[in-house]
Amino acid sequence: MRTALAGFRTVYGSHPLHLLTLIAGFALFGYVLTTIKPVTLWNPHTWWQSIIVWFAAAIIAHDLVLFPVYALLDRILLTTTREPGPSGGAAKVPVLNYVRVPALGAGLTLLVFLPGIIKQGAPTYVAATGQTQDPFLGRWLMFTAAMFAVSAACYGVRLLLAQRAKQPPR
Amino acid sequence: MTVDDSETAAGKPPIDYGFPQWLWRRLDQYPPPGYKRAVQWRSPLRGLWLTSLLGSVLLTTLPIVIITGLLSYIAYGPQFGQAIPGGVGWLKLPTFDWPTDPAWLYRLNQGLHVGLGLIIIPIVLAKLWSVIPRLFAWPPARSIAQVLERISLLMLVGGILFEIITGVLNIQYDYIFGFSFYTAHYYGAWVFIAGFLIHIAIKIPRMWAGLRSMSMREVLHTNRTNTKPEPFEPDGLVAEHPSAPTISRRGALALVGGGALFMAVITAGQTLGGFTRKAALLLPRGRTRGDGPNDFQVNRTAWAAGISPEMTGERWRLTLTGGPLKVVLDRPALLAMPQHTAQLPIACVEGWSTTETWTGVPLAALARLAGMPNPASAFVRSVERRGAFNFATLQGSQVLHPDSLLALQVNGVDLSPDHGFPARIIVPALPGVHNTKWVGSIDFRTA
Repeated sequence: MRTALAGFRTVYGSHPLHLLTLIAGFALFGYVLTTIKPVTLWNPHTWWQSIIVWFAAAIIAHDLVLFPVYALLDRILLTTTREPGPSGGAAKVPVLNYVRVPALGAGLTLLVFLPGIIKQGAPTYVAATGQTQDPFLGRWLMFTAAMFAVSAACYGVRLLLAQRAKQPPR
Repeated sequence: MTVDDSETAAGKPPIDYGFPQWLWRRLDQYPPPGYKRAVQWRSPLRGLWLTSLLGSVLLTTLPIVIITGLLSYIAYGPQFGQAIPGGVGWLKLPTFDWPTDPAWLYRLNQGLHVGLGLIIIPIVLAKLWSVIPRLFAWPPARSIAQVLERISLLMLVGGILFEIITGVLNIQYDYIFGFSFYTAHYYGAWVFIAGFLIHIAIKIPRMWAGLRSMSMREVLHTNRTNTKPEPFEPDGLVAEHPSAPTISRRGALALVGGGALFMAVITAGQTLGGFTRKAALLLPRGRTRGDGPNDFQVNRTAWAAGISPEMTGERWRLTLTGGPLKVVLDRPALLAMPQHTAQLPIACVEGWSTTETWTGVPLAALARLAGMPNPASAFVRSVERRGAFNFATLQGSQVLHPDSLLALQVNGVDLSPDHGFPARIIVPALPGVHNTKWVGSIDFRTA
C-alpha cells in the first residue's frame, strides 16, 4: 500500500488527494461550460466583446500589464528617491512611502472608478440615473490633490521632528 | 520517514521531478534567454506568512460575497423564470420563497455583496502581488500535479478578476463589454467558485503553517529597519537576494488594511444612505438630487423608458385580472380606497439603496377587490413598452404582506414620473427592479 502510494507520488508528483481535488474542480468547471453553452462565450460579430476574451484579458491585464507597470513605476521611484548618504537631516526620513501611499490611493480610485472619470457609458448612465458623469473627473482630481497634500504635510511634520531631534539640547 | 522529512533534514533538498523526469529536467535546464537577468525579485516582505495572512482574510470574506451573490439570484425568483440567467441547472442554491421580513433583507444582502466586493479589491491586489513570483517561476512545473494546479489557478485568478471587473463596470452603468452582465457575472462566479474550492482544499495546510510561522505581535512591534525577510526556500515566495526593506511588515499591512478601509469609506454611503451618501464621492449613487420629496435615487428615468404623459395621464387605468371579473380602476378610484403608509427601503442589485415613506393601496386589498384574496402569485405589468424589467411576478407572500403597496405617493406627495407615476409597486425586501413602475395591470394567479 505504502509503495503504491510512493509510486503514485513519483509519477504524478503529489498525493492522490491532490489529483482527486483537481478532477472534482475541473468537472465542476466542465459543468459550468456545458450549462452556459460555449456559444455564449463567443461573440462572432465583435470579437472583443466576448466573455472568453474578457476572462483571458482580465488575467493578462493584471499579470502582464498592471503588475509590470506599477512595479516599474515603483522601481523608478525607489531609485530617484534614494538618499545620498547619512549627511543631512532628510536621510533619516525617507520620502518614498510619502509618495507611494497617495499614489496608490490615486491609482486605486482611478482604476475602480475609471468609467465615471472618463465618462464612459454616458448614454446608459443618463438613462439609468437621470444625471451626467460630469462631476467625477473633478472629484477624482480633488481626491488626488487631497491625498498628496495630506501626505506632504505628514512628511513635513516628520522632517521637522527629525531635525529637532538632531539638534543638541541647549 | 517520508519524502518531506528527508527534504527538510538535508541541507540541500534534492530536486524532485515527476513523470516523465527527462521532460521536466530538460525544461528546468533551459530557461528562456535572459530569464535570470529579467526576473529578479527584491521585496523582503514576500513570503508564506504574508501570503497566508492575506489569504486568510480573503478566505473569510469571499464566501460572504459568493453566498450573497447566490442569494440574490434566489431573490429574483427563479421559480417564476425571472432569475437571470435562466436555465442554470444545478448551479444555484435551492429555490425558496424570498422572505418579506425584515424589509431591509435585500438591502443588507446587496450591500454586503457589492460593498465587500469593492472593499476586498486592495486585498486581492496585495495577495496577487505577494504570489506573483510564482507566476514567472522557471520551470513552470516539475510534475503533472503542478501543471494541473497551475491550470486551476487560471479559474481562481481569472475568475476573481473577471468578477471584479464586470461588477465594477456594472455599478457604474458602463456596458462596454457588450455581453449580458447577469450571464457573465453569474457563470464567472461559478468558474471562480470551482477554482476557489480547489485552492482552499490544496492550500489550507500551507496557510496554517504560514500563519503559525510568525507571531502577529512580533510583526506589530517590528519597525522598518528591523524587518527581516522570511527564511528563503527554493520554489517559495521569499526572494533569494532581497533588498533592504523600504517599508515594515506592519506598514505594509496598514497600507493594505488602510486601502480596504478607504474603499469602505468611499463606497458604503451608497447603501447606508443619509448623511453618509455624500461620502461615496465617485459612485453614481453617492450623488444627491435635491431636497424635494421625490429627489431620491432614480433607476431608469421615465424618458429612458419611453413613458409619455398620455400613457400616465387621464386615460391611465389599472386593470386587475385573475378573478371572476376584470376590474378596471382609474387613479381617483385608487385614491378613494383606504390608504396605507409604510417606510420601506428600495435596494438595487447594484448595492445602492434608499429608504422612503410610501403611501398607496395594499396589494392585498387589490387582490380581494379582484376576487382573488389568496393568490399564489401576481403578475405585474408596466405600461412601459420596452425594457427588460417592464414586468415582474410577485410571490403570494409578497402580495399579502401588509406593507406591500401599489404606491401612489411618496413622502406625502404624488410620485414623480421618474419614480413611477401614476402608480408603482413597493414590496418589502424585493429586489429593486421588481418594484415595477408605471403599473398598468396586475394579474392575480393561482400558481
